[in-house]
Amino acid sequence: MRFGVVQFPGSNCDFDTFHVLKDVMAQDTVMLWHKDHDLQGADCVVLPGGFSYGDYLRSGAIARFSPLMQEVKAFARKGGHVLGICNGFQILLELGLLPGAMLRNKNLKFLCRHVHIRLENDRTPFTRAGRRGQVLRIPIAHFDGNYYAPPRTLAEVERNRRVVFRYCEPDGTLTEDANVNGSLASIAGIVNEGGNVLGLMPHPERASEALLGSEDGRVVFDSLIRSLGARRPRNPVPASREKVGHDR
Amino acid sequence: MIDKTILEQHGLNEEEYRLIVELIGKEPNLTELGIFSVMWSEHCGYKSSRVHLKKLPTEGRRVVQGPGENAGILDIGDGQVVVFKIESHNHPSFIEPYQGAATGVGGILRDIFTMGARPIAVLDSLRFGPLSEPGNRTVMEGVVSGIAGYGNSIGVPTVGGEIYFNSCYDLNPLVNVFCLGLADKDKIFYAKAEGPGNPVLYVGAKTGRDGIHGATMASAEFGKETEHKRPNVQVGDPFKEKLLLEACLEVMDRGLIVGIQDMGAAGLTCSSTEMAAKGGLGIEIDLDLVPQREAGMTPYEIMLSESQERMLLVATADKVAEVQAVFSKWDLDAPVIGHVAEGGRIRAKFKGRVVVDVPVDAVVNLCPAYRRPSRPPSPLPGKAPLPALLLPNDYDRAFLDLLSSPTVADKEWVFRQYDHMVQVNTTLLPGADAAVQRIKGSRKALAMTVDGNPLYTQLDPRTGAKIAVAEACRNLACVGARPIGVTNCLNFGNPEKPEVMWQFEQVVDGMAEACRAFDIPVTGGNVSFYNDTEGLSIYPTPVLGVVGLIEDIRKAVSPGFKGPGDAVLLVGENKEGLGGTEFLRVAHGLETGAPPQIDLELEKRVQEYCLSAIEAGLVRSAHDLSEGGLAVGLAECAFHGRGRTGCSVSLEDAVRPDTLLFGEAQSRVLLTCRPKNLARLEEMAKEQGVPVKAIGRTGGALIAVDHRGRGLVRVKVEDAFHHWKNAVPDRFKVRTEEGP
Repeated sequence: MRFGVVQFPGSNCDFDTFHVLKDVMAQDTVMLWHKDHDLQGADCVVLPGGFSYGDYLRSGAIARFSPLMQEVKAFARKGGHVLGICNGFQILLELGLLPGAMLRNKNLKFLCRHVHIRLENDRTPFTRAGRRGQVLRIPIAHFDGNYYAPPRTLAEVERNRRVVFRYCEPDGTLTEDANVNGSLASIAGIVNEGGNVLGLMPHPERASEALLGSEDGRVVFDSLIRSLGARRPRNPVPASREKVGHDR
Repeated sequence: MIDKTILEQHGLNEEEYRLIVELIGKEPNLTELGIFSVMWSEHCGYKSSRVHLKKLPTEGRRVVQGPGENAGILDIGDGQVVVFKIESHNHPSFIEPYQGAATGVGGILRDIFTMGARPIAVLDSLRFGPLSEPGNRTVMEGVVSGIAGYGNSIGVPTVGGEIYFNSCYDLNPLVNVFCLGLADKDKIFYAKAEGPGNPVLYVGAKTGRDGIHGATMASAEFGKETEHKRPNVQVGDPFKEKLLLEACLEVMDRGLIVGIQDMGAAGLTCSSTEMAAKGGLGIEIDLDLVPQREAGMTPYEIMLSESQERMLLVATADKVAEVQAVFSKWDLDAPVIGHVAEGGRIRAKFKGRVVVDVPVDAVVNLCPAYRRPSRPPSPLPGKAPLPALLLPNDYDRAFLDLLSSPTVADKEWVFRQYDHMVQVNTTLLPGADAAVQRIKGSRKALAMTVDGNPLYTQLDPRTGAKIAVAEACRNLACVGARPIGVTNCLNFGNPEKPEVMWQFEQVVDGMAEACRAFDIPVTGGNVSFYNDTEGLSIYPTPVLGVVGLIEDIRKAVSPGFKGPGDAVLLVGENKEGLGGTEFLRVAHGLETGAPPQIDLELEKRVQEYCLSAIEAGLVRSAHDLSEGGLAVGLAECAFHGRGRTGCSVSLEDAVRPDTLLFGEAQSRVLLTCRPKNLARLEEMAKEQGVPVKAIGRTGGALIAVDHRGRGLVRVKVEDAFHHWKNAVPDRFKVRTEEGP
């Protein structure tokens, strides 16, 4: 299978996502340029984190108009797999591929830290390598990650088990403290109705190498590889699984 | 037409004016005077510091580029180099904290990528007045958000730094930003104009009226009114910088240009004259072709604007179209605004008229250097004897108070606002002794730290500077890195005051001595004078940025205890003396006495011991002792560990108990190891002539310290942790009403 990582001019996790997919997960991966209309045969399109077009107006607000996003929209509507990480999640909301919107974090500050998230639904193509109730330790880094949706929308999302990840304590319980950005119902990630589009605020690509402190993010990539019928990773990078005596 | 008032406004004296007239063979017009004003300012010309900076060692086997370029360059092997520098943005950050700090980050990033390197890490050294003052909180909040706003957006991780609080920074906060980039050795670019006739291209943001005379502003004292200087502060656009970064790296990677320089302080003036001077050539510019943000700008304004996110490139004529295509891909214009010329002159035309015509050598290289008078202050602050100090009644209380001091307390409130993980290289999180960034595709890693205790340098500038170098290197040793090079940011008051000049000389001497002892070259840096407001100078504040190399990332060590049952070792010796310590400041309200002394030979042995122990794989955790001494060091090891394991320690030293716990004797490191490796570590210590003592064990829920059989400290790790963790955020809690 082939992953395509979208490159907006202000993307800054594009190389990180590319590195993890290509060098750590050993997958065929290409970069997709925002001005093109070509998905280069990707089976899964990843919208990486960053500040797509500067995001001075509202996170992701301009990105929805980019040429490539028109192709991504059509691809998703046909059932193609799309993963939006952080800014990618914000763009998916702006595109209307996922419901809801992002508000500023509840403390009104940018937040970069490790958080714990609970896997709520292991029947999506993005999570089938994990199990329901599993707690993952993955970093976040955002200013606007406070998920909001109108009550009716939220009820529908909950009813259809479309909440995939929630912020939680290390033991999996949901608390106000653990809900670091103030999201409704502690939501950290949701899928669309078809289950082929996932948006999440935490950065799985930052938690895919033991050297950097956590490998929990690989659940998402492993799931996609399994779902889309790809081969197992062949050549993990030599240094990537090595451990350092991490503190936190 | 140039009179005394105009000269004064331009920060030039009459003697300097006469020199200018002599050098250029005519009376300068106003635009030309403006050019000399910024290029001969303290900020750009290093007038007062140059003669002294020559004393610093700048050579070494890894040095590819020493001082004099945008940044220093060191060879790290395998065809790779690191490009790094530290710079101050103090004056703008006081006037407009958010933009001042943001453009400080933007400026240093350009210094790095203009040389062909991709920036991979930023560290900040910040100094503020005490957080009890609302004004200081506002400045700190603005500075931190400014650094975050710029660095996060552009995608360069802010991986570490340090902050001190002292009332000497009430009206002069310091913002020093360090940046390091990684490049291929065969793809380094210099700010050099080559090939007469080659086109000169302007890329990036349009030129506006912002930041005119920023460099001159940074070269004078501030009075009460700073509000009107706000227009001198530039406004940053990190998205534009991101485009510029990617586009510049792309044209450099494809070998499409011959020279490049960013427009930082003194904007177009500085970039064009420096490029010309380095190439031994001249540059001709048509100012009408310079993209402008506002209508009606004068040549003076265009030449001196410090609008951000701009670069000047030189390419060969046949490559211009390709260069422009790359910039267009990134939605940036790259108009040709002039060409390289023979004759060594900077010539600018405006509406068909020549408005600037001066020799570049005079502008760039002939700025006068002064050996300003210096005199030690009388009495010397560090010579005053300490009064008789009572021992604390309650050591637990004294310990918790120290942990709650913002200088000692946890800074997560700050660094969690910075994206410190983007680029997926951050191996140790902020808060460790040094930042560690792995190099993808190899086993190597880079360690970086910034350091400088201003109270030590205030009390004894020479010793303080030596300690700053030693401690930075010790920080690196604690993660398992060998230091390879230094950059420095020297923040001082008004150099026209002999006492300030004396401090400066002492600090440079101390730095030079320590860098020679550690055999590490100084590859560049920055001097920030005139940190005075209303006649009060800051403490002399040298900040050292030291880069270290780890050959095998698997051997890197972090400060946190790794679990119960490990042996705790103290490397180095506990000594008497509380002068200049954080404990003396917090518990007794004193900033006096002689600061800790340092024996550089012992320091080197201690560091070499730590490194060899780490490289032998015998060390589980390592942490250096600094502000707050042994007690705070033990607490930090407990807090950093995942399980927050406590420890119990017993000491026999014939030293006052408060000094034993909180003294800041230098050359000390806490190590932990598995008990089975203790004998081997003790043996190594004996071989290397380093004092090492096993002082206790990790484990339990307490931090317990005994002295000669008497229990001094018994504090629950969780209690101590909360004091340390909440001290800074508590000071920023929203207040519904101001207290009395």
